[in-house]
Amino acid sequence: MAVLRLKFTKNERDKLAQVLWILNWISVLTGILLFSLGLFLKVEINKRGELMAERDIQYVPNMLIAVGLIACAINFLGGKICYDCVDTNKFLRWKLIMLPYIICTFFFTFCVLVGALMCYSMRGELEESLNLGLTEAIRFYKDTDTPGRCFLKRTVDMLQMEFHCCGNNGYKDWFQIQWISNRYLDMSQKEVVDRLRSNVEGKYLMSGVPFSCCNLNSPRPCIQQHVTNNSAHFNYEHQTEALNLWMRGCREALLEYYTHIMQSIGLTVLLTWLFELSVLTGVRYLQTSLENVLRQGDLNSESDGWLLENSFMETARTNLNIIKCLGKGNQIDTANNGDPNINVPSTSKAHYGPDNVPLKEIPEAS
Amino acid sequence: MVVMKMKFPFEKRVKLAQGLWLLSWCATVAGAFTFSLGCILKTELRRRAEVMDNSDVHVVPNTLMIVGLASLGINYFASKVCQDALDAGRFPRWKKMLKPYFAVSCFFTVLMLLAVIMSYAMKGSLESSLKVGLRNGIRFYKDTDTPGRCFQKQNIDRLQMEFQCCGNTDFKDWFEFQWISNRYLDFSSKEVKDRIKSNVDGRYLVDGVPFSCCNPSSPRPCIQSQLTNDSAHYNYEYQTEELNIYLRGCREALVNYYMGLMNTIGAGVLSVFLLQASVLVSLRFLQTAMEAVEGNENTEIETEGYLLEKSVKETVMEYINPVMKFLMLKNQVEEGTPGNPEIPTDVNVKPGLF
Repeated sequence: MAVLRLKFTKNERDKLAQVLWILNWISVLTGILLFSLGLFLKVEINKRGELMAERDIQYVPNMLIAVGLIACAINFLGGKICYDCVDTNKFLRWKLIMLPYIICTFFFTFCVLVGALMCYSMRGELEESLNLGLTEAIRFYKDTDTPGRCFLKRTVDMLQMEFHCCGNNGYKDWFQIQWISNRYLDMSQKEVVDRLRSNVEGKYLMSGVPFSCCNLNSPRPCIQQHVTNNSAHFNYEHQTEALNLWMRGCREALLEYYTHIMQSIGLTVLLTWLFELSVLTGVRYLQTSLENVLRQGDLNSESDGWLLENSFMETARTNLNIIKCLGKGNQIDTANNGDPNINVPSTSKAHYGPDNVPLKEIPEAS
Repeated sequence: MVVMKMKFPFEKRVKLAQGLWLLSWCATVAGAFTFSLGCILKTELRRRAEVMDNSDVHVVPNTLMIVGLASLGINYFASKVCQDALDAGRFPRWKKMLKPYFAVSCFFTVLMLLAVIMSYAMKGSLESSLKVGLRNGIRFYKDTDTPGRCFQKQNIDRLQMEFQCCGNTDFKDWFEFQWISNRYLDFSSKEVKDRIKSNVDGRYLVDGVPFSCCNPSSPRPCIQSQLTNDSAHYNYEYQTEELNIYLRGCREALVNYYMGLMNTIGAGVLSVFLLQASVLVSLRFLQTAMEAVEGNENTEIETEGYLLEKSVKETVMEYINPVMKFLMLKNQVEEGTPGNPEIPTDVNVKPGLF
């Protein structure tokens, strides 16, 4: 009981081969697309590498890049095979390779599916990485004279201006760290000394934020200092003022940005997976129909194509038996092996006569 | 006096027709390219329309778009003509159209060159337009409650952050205008009252700049207020401080940006112009070479092709005369043969009187 049996005339077989040739080349292009999407994601993650703590998030773009390259190679080979399948002589060249090729491609499509699912699962790791990374970045904002952290201030400022966000969770994160370097604090002033003494760690904390937190859409000039002090500014209530500074935290903003990218990439990879699966189905039909034609002998006749020769359970049982036999030892049991792809080795010996017969003397010609 | 005579044997004519067909399709694509360049330039100019006082400079992208569309038509027609050129039976039907066609296409080709020249010449106009526009932008920065100017603040802030510039000529322009609205000034405070009294117009002027002037590359947190007062900030000297705020003026930044864009576009359009001119010259040679073949039974004879039958001046007069005749209807007779008496046009001439 074959699974999904279909009849193929010679014309249909040839058309199938040609269509599959084109589809395989389209699959090569989608493989290149996957590769470039992986590369794009890698570049985007590395661009903000300074703001992310060490976490295992590079595996997603790396996987996409690898899958894209392998897809290109597999579909290139598939295209070549399908091109040759139109001519039965050339098909004989590929006959032995086709079944392993189909099995390999089938397992490869699982990799593509895993790649797609990984895109959606990366979010948790990314959030944690951003949380830690942003906390560190805000802490080292003032260290523009420390080698290795010189440009962190610029990075954080550009981030806040570009993504319209302020701080890690919100603008109040800036109140908890010292973001003005001691180099620019006048230690002789009483106000500065008082502020430094007012907390345990001797940090200069203030209820102010950097200029990059300022909201462009505010109708009034930006209020950066004494943000929580209503009396410090005319006609100002910080609880109701929503337009003065960016209200969103940068972690949320970056997470949303990356999630959006990864959802798009994940969707594209899923569609690619479906496409690959359909091309694989076509190749399987082509392979089985061509083999049946060869079995029947007449190249121009109709033949059957199927996905599996026997039902799913029987095929699974047969394959498990083969694997068990392989595991038993190196015994080649050719009698029970019904696979027509493997040539049956000859077991008969050639007869050259009895052994150990003494040599007769050959009379010399006179 | 024929201009630029060239001999054309049969094979050369065939090669000319084939090459011209390919060239005219390339030129069609180039025409579409010119049109898209014009669209890009117009979009870029419109994006910053709020800081430009007049739209005189828009004549450059408008011309480019017109020329691009015209060259699409011209080159498509040229490809159709040279497809039929070698067929002696089909070529004559194009004969009548070719003379006006050449006039029109020469006009548009010259217009293309003019567009390139204009893109370099418009710099002064653009600069003066930006000067007035930016000045108004800074003046109305505080008017976020006035209809029609609500978004002026946002536009100027975005502009300064994107182009990394401050003010019109430089940051000191902000000292001359009140950029903090009266709605946010506490008029009961002595400091505010003093400041307003200190100048003739009663404006609240400060030596400070908005936050969008701040330079993120500065190693210290941005100093926006009391910029010229060294003692107001610790370890600060405003004459030597270069990284605190953007020192470049927005007018200079915008002019550089637009001139860079127009130079690039000008270079592209110049190459399209050369391509278009070569198409027209080749088509003219093909036309004149094929005209000599006409009437002959043997289509494979060698013929001569030329650019202009008469000298340049005579050809120009030949084209302009019909136009002038069309425009000056009353003096038609005067321009004709000499010796004709002037017939007054307001007198009815009765037949049979003379």
